[in-house]
Amino acid sequence: MSETTEPLLDVRDLRVSFRTRTGLVTAVDGISFTVGRGEVEGLVGESGSGKSVSMLSVLGLIDNPNCVIEGQALFQGRDLLAMSDDELRAVRGAEIAMIFQDPMTSLTPVYTAGWHISEQIRAHEKVSKRAAHDRAVQLLTAVGIPNAAERVNSYPHEFSGGMRQRVVIAMALSCNPSLLIADEPTTALDVTIQAQILELLQGLQREFGSSIVLITHDMGVVSQVSDRVMVMYGGRLAEAGPRREVMRTPLHPYTWGLMASIPPTDGSRVARLAAIPGAPISPSDPDRDRCLFSARCAFASDACRPEPSLVEHIPGHADSCVLPFGERSELRRRATQTVEVVT
Amino acid sequence: MSTLPADDRPVLLEARDVVKHFPIRTPKGKQLVQAVDGVSLSVRAGETLGLVGESGCGKSTLGRCLVRLLDPTSGQVIFDGVDITTTSRRELRSLRTGFQMIFQDPYASLNPRRRALATVEEPMLTHSMGSDAEIRARALMLLEQVGFDRSYSDRYPHEFSGGQRQRLGIARALALEPRLLVADEPVSALDVSIQAQVLNLLSDLQSEHSLTYVFIAHDLAVVHHIADRIGVMYLGELVEVGSSTDVYTAPRHPYTEALISAIPVIDDELETRERIVLTGDLPSPIDKPSGCVFNPRCHYAQDVCRTDRPMLQLLDDGREVACHFPLSLPLAVV
Repeated sequence: MSETTEPLLDVRDLRVSFRTRTGLVTAVDGISFTVGRGEVEGLVGESGSGKSVSMLSVLGLIDNPNCVIEGQALFQGRDLLAMSDDELRAVRGAEIAMIFQDPMTSLTPVYTAGWHISEQIRAHEKVSKRAAHDRAVQLLTAVGIPNAAERVNSYPHEFSGGMRQRVVIAMALSCNPSLLIADEPTTALDVTIQAQILELLQGLQREFGSSIVLITHDMGVVSQVSDRVMVMYGGRLAEAGPRREVMRTPLHPYTWGLMASIPPTDGSRVARLAAIPGAPISPSDPDRDRCLFSARCAFASDACRPEPSLVEHIPGHADSCVLPFGERSELRRRATQTVEVVT
Repeated sequence: MSTLPADDRPVLLEARDVVKHFPIRTPKGKQLVQAVDGVSLSVRAGETLGLVGESGCGKSTLGRCLVRLLDPTSGQVIFDGVDITTTSRRELRSLRTGFQMIFQDPYASLNPRRRALATVEEPMLTHSMGSDAEIRARALMLLEQVGFDRSYSDRYPHEFSGGQRQRLGIARALALEPRLLVADEPVSALDVSIQAQVLNLLSDLQSEHSLTYVFIAHDLAVVHHIADRIGVMYLGELVEVGSSTDVYTAPRHPYTEALISAIPVIDDELETRERIVLTGDLPSPIDKPSGCVFNPRCHYAQDVCRTDRPMLQLLDDGREVACHFPLSLPLAVV
């Protein structure tokens, strides 16, 4: 990255594995990345790719005694993975906040929206109940809840799904975090509501200047809001780069397949989608000293062993495929050829 | 009754003014959830009609009425010339071989204690479609068609992944050689790479078995990909019907326009359309707005929209739109 200042979050060789009866399951397999100040980083992948686990482990939110976390996660120079529970609790919620997919799971049904927000503010700052309540109203207004002074006393079930997600966002923003981690924040919402929430996140990001890590399976969502995109497969980074470059000239065959799997949104129609054959690799697959995508890749060869490393071909744009860099665009064209339907 | 573009394929399925209301008890007394409120549509043999809309718009309820998994409150559903809403349970049972359903959650719709082969055999046994050996052979063939070799036939649903379970559900739906498949959100629970596989499988099966599909989904890009015609639903009503390309590229109902503009586009340089972000939420189907159901969220609403409910009307380009002020077509299309 071209920034002169140190990144806000610097994750180095993060590994997360779980000890199970059948052996070690590797969910995150040595990923390194940075999140710059004021940047929106998109983390894309299918289920089981390790995108959520990587961020949960950084925040110490995996409550499983059989989980082994290795590596470093430097947040403003301090290693989150080396912190005690108390230290981490002071960071979480105040400096780093998280939004989850299902807003109902982040809200307690027996307390009002205002209670949730005030509670969070008072956990991190010494303010009176009155002041916390007033801030809750301001925050609810900021996230676009109409009639916030009244709605602050409503219970979670009295809000619609989109409104509930707004309450959760208000909660997350209550202590002005410098990093916001949003895990599939719009997946449970309808597209018109999704558009509202994405617009809100972008607006708030501009206003408050926080960095955002957006975890999603949806290429469309990521291309809408993020500055940089990381594509994960099997717990590793397949590709990472500036959003526009990754979307326009993706380098890794997995990214090609992922994008070709989505029906075109430009109004054209194809007879068949250029789907990726097979199923995503299982995290318990013991054969890991190879490109994990090679089992589904049309261009797999002996060169896919041992595990290829992430190579930065263009400044800021890296991928972990062994195919000759110069031939990628031609190979991509061949891999994703489709027949357009003329109607 | 809806009008179809000139086509010599016979109409296989027709819905006439289908209404489905669910009575509920609320603190305000008994009320009605008006899930489907007067929907008429026709589907020709061999075509795919996509039904799209947001959660709560009634698309799944309508889908269930179309195969009479629910009894409509009023209205008729005519399958191949027979009104299936008035037939007796016994007659319905034999008619059901003609229309089958694929569900969203392939795990909930499969018996966890039944192996793959038995799952596909069961409908054929119920309808005594041949000797045990014939049924077994056909079940194995169907499993193969959806991509399972023999090693899969003895597995239980929990041993399959989400995409595989959905393929198993498709094999089961095909067992009775139906002519019509109603698929309710068949790919929305699947990862994108698997979603593409299942969509391709559905296209292949359609041409092999000359199937007719009613494809219900909330994802307009997916529906546009698979469907020949699209019906857009809002609060229990059909607000626009037209060919897939027409509806997607030149919507004429303001709701369709907003729905399409909300789809995230992969490459923002291709983004030429103006983004319309709807304000507010979907109103409740218990207390529907008067006049046009979309008027509280519509950018173009006028006084008449608040009082008079617009009916689905046929426009000059063959589109059907329920709007007092249908959007005009872009010049290039006219």
